[in-house]
Amino acid sequence: MNVLEILRGKAWLTAGLLLVGLILLPFLVEASLGKSWLRIIDFALLYIMLALGLNIVVGYAGLLDLGYVAFYAVGAYCWALLASPHFGLNLPFWVILPVGAAVAALFGVLLGTPTLRLRGDYLAIVTLGFGEIIRIFINNLNAPVNITNGPQGITSIEPISIGGFSLGKTQEVLGLTLSSPHLYYYLFLLCVALVVFVCMRLENSRIGRAWVAIREDEMAAAAAGINTRNIKLLAFAMGATFGGLSGGLFASFQGFVSPESFNLMESIMILSMIVLGGMGNIVGVIVGAILVTVIPEALRYTGDLQQAVFGKVFVDPADLRMLLFGMALVLMMLLRPSGLLPSKQRRQELAEDAA
Amino acid sequence: MSDLLQVTTVSKHFGGIKALTDVSFTVRKGEIFGVIGPNGAGKTTLFNALTGLYQPDTGAIDLAGVSLYRRKPHEILKAGFARTFQNIRLFHNMTAQENVMVGRHTRTTSGVLAALLHTQHNRREERDCAAFAQQLLDRVGIGQHTHTLAKNLSYGDQRRLEIARALASEPKLLALDEPAAGMNPNEKNALRDLMVSLREEGLTLMLIEHDVKLVMGICDRLVVLDYGEKIAEGTPDIVRHDPKVIAAYLGGEVAA
Repeated sequence: MNVLEILRGKAWLTAGLLLVGLILLPFLVEASLGKSWLRIIDFALLYIMLALGLNIVVGYAGLLDLGYVAFYAVGAYCWALLASPHFGLNLPFWVILPVGAAVAALFGVLLGTPTLRLRGDYLAIVTLGFGEIIRIFINNLNAPVNITNGPQGITSIEPISIGGFSLGKTQEVLGLTLSSPHLYYYLFLLCVALVVFVCMRLENSRIGRAWVAIREDEMAAAAAGINTRNIKLLAFAMGATFGGLSGGLFASFQGFVSPESFNLMESIMILSMIVLGGMGNIVGVIVGAILVTVIPEALRYTGDLQQAVFGKVFVDPADLRMLLFGMALVLMMLLRPSGLLPSKQRRQELAEDAA
Repeated sequence: MSDLLQVTTVSKHFGGIKALTDVSFTVRKGEIFGVIGPNGAGKTTLFNALTGLYQPDTGAIDLAGVSLYRRKPHEILKAGFARTFQNIRLFHNMTAQENVMVGRHTRTTSGVLAALLHTQHNRREERDCAAFAQQLLDRVGIGQHTHTLAKNLSYGDQRRLEIARALASEPKLLALDEPAAGMNPNEKNALRDLMVSLREEGLTLMLIEHDVKLVMGICDRLVVLDYGEKIAEGTPDIVRHDPKVIAAYLGGEVAA
């Protein structure tokens, strides 16, 4: 508490400490937990971007989208097709990333247009179908013309290379030896910072207010002069853009994409990050994304633990993961229905109740 | 006084139910125009058809020479026709000020890029918009509640906030759907003063209201609906003595 009090009102000091901490984090993680954990942290950063993107659609505009992973897939396949031996292309990242994000945004509008009149459960079902359609398309688009290479997926995707400096292999920087996940960590961190910046700016803008107004009461929003069609499509497009961006980064980081990475479970996980963390609150969504990515990985160790204590594994860690995850969601809905870190409105409401 | 709103033979049906049949009337600039009628007469349906929440089946609607027939709600608002709702429809989890700022959406222009780059235009617009919202909150008498969430305001204050949100678009014509419903006498008096002073500033008002005393006292002219049809139009005195109106609606009250 003391530390918090010292930091209060000193935004630059907080930001500086946070920055130093974030720069040092991969060194600590790699030294103590190993490279595999560094990869997990990288994935957490990707999921933060995804969750923040979905947060625009679900958290701000209140449009329940269960097919969000489709945009992740579109971004990933854009990268995979434009930078792999599959088509023999190898475009630079600064071409592919915008293309991937733009194509994903286009898909966002494509999904948004037919669903404009739908709300709540109905919207959820249609978006869920859309997510599955994209995945099944990718799965089957290997005949008659082989575009996506079907269920085998696309391999040997080029890693990101910035001016000849490849993030795909271990590099010497300023006398430090940095592994590939370490290098990607910094790139992803930069992208997360960009996405957070965009979300913060939009949240407190005319557009952000229009999104929230639509979430609160669509008919009143229309009567208050908001072109609900355009503003909803904008939310879908912005959310999809972030999905496409993280999809592209994912493809280059992983070096391999296949349709099974983009199933319904992924969409639900991303939605859970938002719900657990606190819908509509940027910090909450970030915390939710980290927890939902890191905790299941940590639970893998329970297998070893069971082996050590009982001599055999009673519960498969993968099953345990789903069990605990389900319990966490149920508890959350009972105890903190608006998430770990509720949005500012909710906080204000609680403060007013206390006063 | 010149005509501001011209409604000509507007009809709207839902399946076999004729909610509005050939309703025509004219609202003159600067007047307070009442819409009365028994429950289910089609008053709110009329407002919804005029403000684009329902698509009328036939007819013509002109506001100061611009056709509003079958336009989208946001286009109608932009043309200068704002409204409030019978069952208050605020953005409950937004502050009073934010509610009013949303109401100013059509009179502001900043898009995504402007917001991201915090352009000078965007910063000035946000500042002006917030200041304008505060003025309107002061104007309707809830200036001290700038940062209170809409849902935490008292009932009367919520009604006022809805009026402030509608005023944010700087309308030529403001349609109020039962603004006094559920208000106590003090709140009703304050509302009446507000309406009169808005009219003095040049705003034209339309008013659906059940409180006959309030309607007869404040309105310059009225239209009376019954079963979706216009049965009378004119000054309160004329309407009050119209036999059709007496039969349909006012009956006992006038006889007494």
